[in-house]
Amino acid sequence: MKSRGIKLEEKRTLHKRKEIRISGFGGQGVVLSGEIVGKAASIYDKGFATLTQSYGPEARGGSCTAEVVISDEPISYPYVVNPEVVIILAQEAYHKYANNLSEGTLVIIDPDLVKPDPSHKPKSLSVPVTHMAREMGRPVVANIIMLGFLAAVSDLVSEGALKKSIMSSVPEGTQEFNLKAFEVGRKYGMEHGRTARQGTPG
Amino acid sequence: MSENGIIQGEFFMNGDEACAEGAISAGCRFFAGYPITPATEVAERMSSRLPEVGGTYIQMEDEIASMNAILGASWAGVKAMTATSGPGFSLMMENLGLGVMLETPCVLVDVQRAGPSTGLPTAVGQGDMMQARWGSHGTYEIIAIVPNSPQEMFDLTITAFNLSEKYRVPVLIMSDEVVGHMSEKVVLRQTAPEELVERPRPTVPPEKYLPFQADEGLVPPMALAGEGYHFHATGLTHDERGYPAMNAAAQDRLARRLVDKIRLNKKDIIQYEEAWVDDAEVVVCAYGITARVARHAVQMARSEGIRAGMLRLITVWPFPEEHIRELAQKVRTFLVPEINYGQIVLEVERCACGEANTVLLPHMGGGVHHPQDILKAIKEAIQ
Repeated sequence: MKSRGIKLEEKRTLHKRKEIRISGFGGQGVVLSGEIVGKAASIYDKGFATLTQSYGPEARGGSCTAEVVISDEPISYPYVVNPEVVIILAQEAYHKYANNLSEGTLVIIDPDLVKPDPSHKPKSLSVPVTHMAREMGRPVVANIIMLGFLAAVSDLVSEGALKKSIMSSVPEGTQEFNLKAFEVGRKYGMEHGRTARQGTPG
Repeated sequence: MSENGIIQGEFFMNGDEACAEGAISAGCRFFAGYPITPATEVAERMSSRLPEVGGTYIQMEDEIASMNAILGASWAGVKAMTATSGPGFSLMMENLGLGVMLETPCVLVDVQRAGPSTGLPTAVGQGDMMQARWGSHGTYEIIAIVPNSPQEMFDLTITAFNLSEKYRVPVLIMSDEVVGHMSEKVVLRQTAPEELVERPRPTVPPEKYLPFQADEGLVPPMALAGEGYHFHATGLTHDERGYPAMNAAAQDRLARRLVDKIRLNKKDIIQYEEAWVDDAEVVVCAYGITARVARHAVQMARSEGIRAGMLRLITVWPFPEEHIRELAQKVRTFLVPEINYGQIVLEVERCACGEANTVLLPHMGGGVHHPQDILKAIKEAIQ
C-alpha cells in the first residue's frame, strides 16, 4: 500500500499573470471571445489559461462577462485581479468595469454602444465593431473583428494562435468569413489603434 | 477521435465536460440523471457522447430514480454514473445508502452550489462536504474525492471509477460550480486497460458462490445479473448468501466489513498535495477551488517571507487523519478556508487534537475567498 502525498512545486515568486476581461451583454459573443482567447493561449501558444464566465439568466440578454487569466505557469487564482486588457461592449459594463484600473490597462470600447466618461483613467481605445460587422453584412462577427483589433494592439496572445483558435471554434462553413472579419479588425487596429491609444478619449 | 469513440488530444473545455470525458475513458457506459445547474453540462455531454460509444443515457424523472437506475446498471455489469448538485444530492442520499449496502460500484458527481435548499443555483458553494460523509443513514464509510481543475475532473473521474470498482462502493466526486464551469486546457486520453480496475469477479462455479462472502480483502466478488449465478440483493441486513438476517450478529459482521473495507485501506485510497510544509508555522488546509485560491495566498505569503504552507486535500473521505496528526506536531496553526460555515475544519480540529490551533476562514458561498483575505488570516495566525 502506498500513501500518495504529492509534493507541489515551491516557487516563491508570483508568476506574471496576463489578464483580460471582456464584457457586454448576452448575444454579443462575449463568452465565445473568451473561449477563443483562452484556447489560443493554452492550446496554440502552449501556455496556461483559465476562463471563467458570468453564468446565469443574465448571460442570455443581460450583462455578460468573460475573464481569461493567461500565464506561463499553472494558474492558481482563476479570476482577474489586475487586467491588462478590458474590452467593453455595453454601457452598463462600462460603469462597472472601466474605472479604477491601473495606468497600463488597455481599455477597448465600441463607441456606438458605450459613451465613455472623460474623467475615467486610463483613456479608452475605440473600435466600432458592431458597425463594421453590419457593413460586412453579418452582425454576429463583431466579436471576431474585436479579436482582430486585439491582435493588433496587444501581445496578450499571438496573432497566429488567435487565428487557429477562431478556425477551430466557429461553426463549420463560416471559417473564411470569420478570418476576414478578424483581418478587418486587425487592419483597423494597425491604422487607428496605436495613435488612438495616446489620443482623445472615446 | 480513435476508433472506439474515445476522444484524445488537447482541448479547451470546462470541468463538467471533462468529467463526462473522464467517465467515458474509464469505461462508463451508462448515465442516468436529472439536469441541475451547475452539473447540467455533465449530463448534456454524456447525452451526446454515450450513444457514440455504444452506451446508454437516460434522463430520469428525478434524482431518486437516477441513483436507483445507476445501481441497477452496475448490477447488470455496466460502469455507471450520475451527476447532480445540492438539491439532487439530497434526494440521492437514500439510495446512496442502498448502493453502500449492496456494495455497488458507481460514481456520483456533486457539482456544489451554495445552499441550503435552492440557494444560489448558479454560484459556488462547498456546503455538502459533511453530507457526503454522513448524508445517508446508518453505519458506513464512503470515498469522496475533490478535483480542482478541469484536467482533474477528467483524471479523478477515472480514479473514482477505479476506487469504486476495487472497493465496491459508490464514490463521490465533490466538485464545485467554479471548477465545473471554468475552462482550461484538458488532455483527453484513452485509459490503458492496465490502468483500469475492474470489480472482483467470482472464481467459483455458480453452485458454490456466496455473493457477500469476502476474503481477507473484505471485498466480495461480484456476479452480474444474467450470468447464471444466483444472488439475492436486499437493503435489509443480510448474510453471506444475501438473504435477510435479522439479528445483531449479522449486523455486526456486515456493518463492520462495509466500514473496514474502506478504513483499513485508507493508505491506498488517500491522496493529497502539499507545498512549503516542512518549515511552516501556518498550514492552510483546503480543497477544491478554495485550494487554488489558498495556494495563491500562500505563495504571496512566502514571497513576503512568511512561513506558510499548503495542504490540499484530494481525498476528503476517508479523511487523511494520520497526516494531519503528524503535521499537527510540527505546525503552530491550521487555517481552513472553505465555502461553508465550518465543515472540514471540524475534522482538522479533531485530528490536530489540541497539538495545533485550528482556525476556520468561512465563506458563505456565491463566490470564492479573495486571496488577500486568506493572506490576512495567515498573518493573524502568525502573530
